[in-house]
Amino acid sequence: MESGFSSDFGSDFSSGGGGAGGKLDPGLIMEQVKVQIAVANAQELLQRMTDKCFRKCIGKPGGSLDNSEQKCIAMCMDRYMDSWNTVSRAYNSRLQRERANM
Amino acid sequence: RAAAREGRGVAVTAVTGMDTSSAAGLGGADPQLQRFIEVETQKQRFQQLVHQMTELCWEKCMDKPGPKLDSRAETCFVNCVERFIDTSQFILNRLEQTQKSKSAFSESLSD
Repeated sequence: MESGFSSDFGSDFSSGGGGAGGKLDPGLIMEQVKVQIAVANAQELLQRMTDKCFRKCIGKPGGSLDNSEQKCIAMCMDRYMDSWNTVSRAYNSRLQRERANM
Repeated sequence: RAAAREGRGVAVTAVTGMDTSSAAGLGGADPQLQRFIEVETQKQRFQQLVHQMTELCWEKCMDKPGPKLDSRAETCFVNCVERFIDTSQFILNRLEQTQKSKSAFSESLSD
């Protein structure tokens, strides 16, 4: 997964970095970096979600994912997203409170 | 686990290029870019902590994933975030105190 990410990052950067005459457009670079950051965060989320849901839903690994395992994973994904959003909101509130107290 | 952590560090570094303190070096060429790097670095720190706390609090607050996040679990997550930040602050404060006092840090570790 790491190598996949770094190759995406490398190719996107080199393809868009130079404009006509090789001049670097900071606006374009900033947009591309934002995209790469979003991609990195999505991958991070997926990696941790997969880890957690595998632990919760898969007991002794069988020859395939049975129906109950698949249902569990689907629910787990949604709950993980709910949790992530709850944590994000709570952390944001805490930061705002800290800033207000400074 | 170690590989995942390293991957994250690489991802953040690769994307932001550096931390805020060394952003000034690059920003010298373009203040707009420097500002952008500072903002994105800050945002990324936030994101990383959300990832980390979600993972930690999931272990503490989630038993069996159900059809929705019940209010007990939701409260647990909120408390978990608050207590994690409290823990972090406590550690920093106490570290500062033990380093200020005349005994060496390693001495107070053996308390």
